[in-house]
Amino acid sequence: MSVDAVAPGAGEASIARAEQTAPHARLRGVTRIYPSTAGGPPVHALGPIDLDLHRGEFFSVVGPSGCGKSTLLDVLGGLAAPQHGSIEFEGRPVQGSVPDGVGIVFQEDASFPWLSVWDNAAFGLRRSGIGEPEVRERVEHALAFMGLGEFVAAYPAQLSGGMRQRLCIARTLVTRPRLLLLDEPFGALDQQTRLLMGDELLKLWRDTGATVLLITHALDEAAMLSDRVGVMSARPGVFLDMVQTGWPRERDSTIVAEETFGRITARLWGTLRGESIKSLATGRRAPVQ
Amino acid sequence: MTRAGRLRVALVGLLVGLLELACRAGWIDPVAVIPPTRMVAGAWRLLASGQYTKDILLTLSNVAIACVLAVASGFAGGWLLYKLPRLRRAADPLLASYYSVPTFIFYPLFIVLFGLNRWPLVAIGFVFAVVAMMLSTLQGFERVPRVLRRTARAMRLSTTQEMIHVVLPACAPHLFTGVKLAIVYAFIGVIAGEFVLSGAGFGFQVAFAYNSFDNPTMYGLMLLLLGFVGGLNMLLYSWERRMYLRRGGR
Repeated sequence: MSVDAVAPGAGEASIARAEQTAPHARLRGVTRIYPSTAGGPPVHALGPIDLDLHRGEFFSVVGPSGCGKSTLLDVLGGLAAPQHGSIEFEGRPVQGSVPDGVGIVFQEDASFPWLSVWDNAAFGLRRSGIGEPEVRERVEHALAFMGLGEFVAAYPAQLSGGMRQRLCIARTLVTRPRLLLLDEPFGALDQQTRLLMGDELLKLWRDTGATVLLITHALDEAAMLSDRVGVMSARPGVFLDMVQTGWPRERDSTIVAEETFGRITARLWGTLRGESIKSLATGRRAPVQ
Repeated sequence: MTRAGRLRVALVGLLVGLLELACRAGWIDPVAVIPPTRMVAGAWRLLASGQYTKDILLTLSNVAIACVLAVASGFAGGWLLYKLPRLRRAADPLLASYYSVPTFIFYPLFIVLFGLNRWPLVAIGFVFAVVAMMLSTLQGFERVPRVLRRTARAMRLSTTQEMIHVVLPACAPHLFTGVKLAIVYAFIGVIAGEFVLSGAGFGFQVAFAYNSFDNPTMYGLMLLLLGFVGGLNMLLYSWERRMYLRRGGR
């Protein structure tokens, strides 16, 4: 596995500084094997994986279909337990439940259709016993930030796919997560909307200072958004390459026009191409959880 | 009122008008069917006289008891089937063929079990309604999107909180359909039971009037029953529709 910068710049310095401190989240030898179903063999989905996520960095994971990207997010977020290895978040072990300070956004529409936009956004806060004045303040801010301030009384069915995904991000945002796990949140959106949503996400990342782990299929999305991109192999997924993009913290989707962006994307594809062919050729089904 | 609603009212009005015309013009034997206006007059007379209030209340209370029991047991049964897949696999063929069994054949058994009182009829209404609620509950639990359960876990909800705040609201439309069906089936079970097997109640009085050739009373009672069941069903339908519309359905 190689770890180096494609475009040395301001971003590299911040990453280097971050690496000197203790990692925000740490995975060591993490392996996930799904038990056999319907008489089939067990599926070794992931690992062993070693990974350090540095406080405040934007880290993306790319890899072929079924390589265990989402499984990685599940074990890091405490939604699934690994068979082997250890996971720590802020120095404490992650064991069988989502730790305080971790927010997760899924690919599928996870808005609650029976609740208004406002009540959706306030859902997590109200369950955690925070007082109504603070709930109001946080929800107002999050919805305004995600451009949903005018739709507080609407129901998810009245929103577009992109707006519903923004609502899900807002619902996670109000809990002020220190580690934000995003499982292909823009996967169902068109390219233009994805670029714009990427800008929103970068703004959110800068404003909150949260550490972000983004799972994505889209190499351009990973190259544009991330400080660092991990490239995973075909199943069982392990990291083959770590690419430091070197982007400055202040960036947006206009960087796709830069020559460096092309070089990063080409490098990601260079590593991933063979793995994607391997994954396609084996034709194995992704594990069912 | 929506355009479809206006059309519906017009259609019913047209059919009633045609029946009135057919009866008044003698196209239909007036001994067999009386004009709708006389049916309405008969229904009003029955209500105003209070002669049948006891029977109406008996039937409605039987239906209500059967319904409450069916909804509660059906919900519990549906949840058990959801939580115990082996039980579900074993019960599947039985549930699939449940409504092919003529429930009324159990009336003698219920009389032996409960005695000659309201409970055999309540039991018929219950057994007629309970499986509809059970199947709707099962379907509701099965159709809760997995991502909503994962979201509940990501928000660190307890199992009880997940059930109350996520799972039940997510399957509410299916549960509501189950309740609606349970009410309808309980009505059918109780009224039909009264009609052929009982000595009191709405169904019994319809049958008694029929056997006595008392058409105004028979049609009056039928109209009252239709009005009540139809009104209740329309109310439930409009609630259900509002719920689906809010969730993006049609």
